[in-house]
Amino acid sequence: MLEYIIAKYNYWIYIFLLMIGFYAMMAKNNLMKKLVGMNIFQWAIIFYFVSIGAKKGGTVPIISGVHGHHGAEHLVVHAVDYINPLPHVLMLTAIVVGLATTGIALALLIVIYRRYGTLEEDEILEELKK
Amino acid sequence: MIEQFPALIVVTPLIMSFILFVVSYWNERLCFPILLATLSACVVFALGILDMVIKHGQPIHYYLGGWDPPWGIEYVIDHLNALVLVTVAIVAWLVALYSKSVVEKELHESKLPQFYTLFLLQVTGLFGITATGDMFNLYVLLEIASFSAYAIIAMGERGADFAAFRYVVFGTIGACAYLLGVGYLYILTGSLNMADLTQLIPKLFYNKALLVGFALFLIGVGIKMGIFPLHTWLPDAYTLAPSAVSALLAPLFTKVGAYVIIRIMFTVFDPSFSIKLYPVMDILGWIAAVGIAFACIMALAQSDLKRMLCYLIVAEMGYIVIGIASANRLGLTGAILHIVNDMFMMACLFTVAGAIMYQTGARNIYQFRYLHRTMPVTLGVFVVGALSVVGVPPMCGFFSKWYLILGTIEAKKWLLLFVLLASSLVNAILFFRVIENAYLEPRGEHAFAHDGGHPSISLDGVPWSMLIPMLMIAAGIILLGIFSGVIIKHVIQFAVPASF
Repeated sequence: MLEYIIAKYNYWIYIFLLMIGFYAMMAKNNLMKKLVGMNIFQWAIIFYFVSIGAKKGGTVPIISGVHGHHGAEHLVVHAVDYINPLPHVLMLTAIVVGLATTGIALALLIVIYRRYGTLEEDEILEELKK
Repeated sequence: MIEQFPALIVVTPLIMSFILFVVSYWNERLCFPILLATLSACVVFALGILDMVIKHGQPIHYYLGGWDPPWGIEYVIDHLNALVLVTVAIVAWLVALYSKSVVEKELHESKLPQFYTLFLLQVTGLFGITATGDMFNLYVLLEIASFSAYAIIAMGERGADFAAFRYVVFGTIGACAYLLGVGYLYILTGSLNMADLTQLIPKLFYNKALLVGFALFLIGVGIKMGIFPLHTWLPDAYTLAPSAVSALLAPLFTKVGAYVIIRIMFTVFDPSFSIKLYPVMDILGWIAAVGIAFACIMALAQSDLKRMLCYLIVAEMGYIVIGIASANRLGLTGAILHIVNDMFMMACLFTVAGAIMYQTGARNIYQFRYLHRTMPVTLGVFVVGALSVVGVPPMCGFFSKWYLILGTIEAKKWLLLFVLLASSLVNAILFFRVIENAYLEPRGEHAFAHDGGHPSISLDGVPWSMLIPMLMIAAGIILLGIFSGVIIKHVIQFAVPASF
């Protein structure tokens, strides 16, 4: 069982982070803490994507020493030696998306704080009922 | 030129949204003409694409940047998304026309350029979601649409900022679930291209990770489209948003989500995955049945017209899910037809709600007394939309419901049949409550004074720029109903998977 957990440790880390973020989003009363939870939630998925592209002992997939077509046939490419860059590239986009979400959420929090003078959810709901 | 349309329909509103924002510093009056011109161009592109698809009879493939799939991003347009593109383009165009007067009244003058920019970005996202054939590209465009929705909803009345924040939290969970699903599929297949995944997935059918990925897709898109247990953000956000925003988002965004569900269930995953292998259809059927019952009860409890309509959306999404859960040709035809019809029906009802608020400030249906004397045309449009939702021929709502009912009968899902019929009755009660309040009051004095002095006042006191789009949407509802046979014969029958 322990070996099973250790062998796939990257997945356990991402699930653990995901659940922390999810708990914060659902259970916390303070909107700022919800936002932090949301960020943890997003970053957990980014960690997950980055970890699936990585390999122990792998390097960037740049095949050096080849100029033009000459010599290409002499070079043997082992896929094992290279990490998969695609998930990492996808995550560049996802990071930007996460940044935009945080930006919008922070802007909304500023507006909410100005209007209601608090960031506690129950107090805002109380204020809105008036 | 015409072969560039699939890219142009996404790129044009994207670029124009930035140009519009820059131009607004120089001259704010140019914003609205730019918006309308861009959306007119999009309508032309969408119609061109639909025409091309019908003529060729097979999907159009557009390789962005000339990179071949599965490495590059590909836009694939078949009968299903061509139809959705055309409907989104037309409804967005009509709502844009309608929005001018209503946002000028509801929003501060300084916010108008931002409103128009976000409007275009929203439409960009919706077109992109519909046109793309790449799973990750769909995620990015889903987020573009969501971000503009968050920001544009927050412009609304008191409490809209808080509703928008809750929408941000829920929407992010949805988007993250979708992204996680993309990750699962990528681990298993090494591909992000939908057509490529269609080939690769049947080999992995018994893989547990595939099932988890599928569930994550359903949850993610389910949150975005507001299926019943995941709808909690929807009523607040769409009720408190500015009228023009509700009229844009409520019809379009949720239905585009329904399109994504159909795309994922029947194109990316083979239909047999969710029909034969796992009891997905039974689960969806139960969710839809409980969701419709819940939404109808909640709608009955509301006295705020806009909030009532918001719960109605949740019920309408349930209808589309019922069509999917029937898992046969008739049911899915009904579901796809209902996506198209519901865009028009919801646009009709939300524009009317906005117009009544614009003119009288009333949003509670018990404040609608004597409204038939002051706003006869607006209420006429409302009755067309209401009858369509209830399902009275020749309005379009009747025909999609007819197919949905035939689908449930063929699938022998009697519970779903009962829910469909019972909820139609509840819809009738819902709308006759409004109509009764507006029409059938004893005659008396005018309860609401005209606010004169506004240029080009029409019969209803609502400017022509709002009244004409509303009348066009109402005409669209009737025309869609009359020509639903043509739409099914030329478009939808090819959109349903061949294995059905």
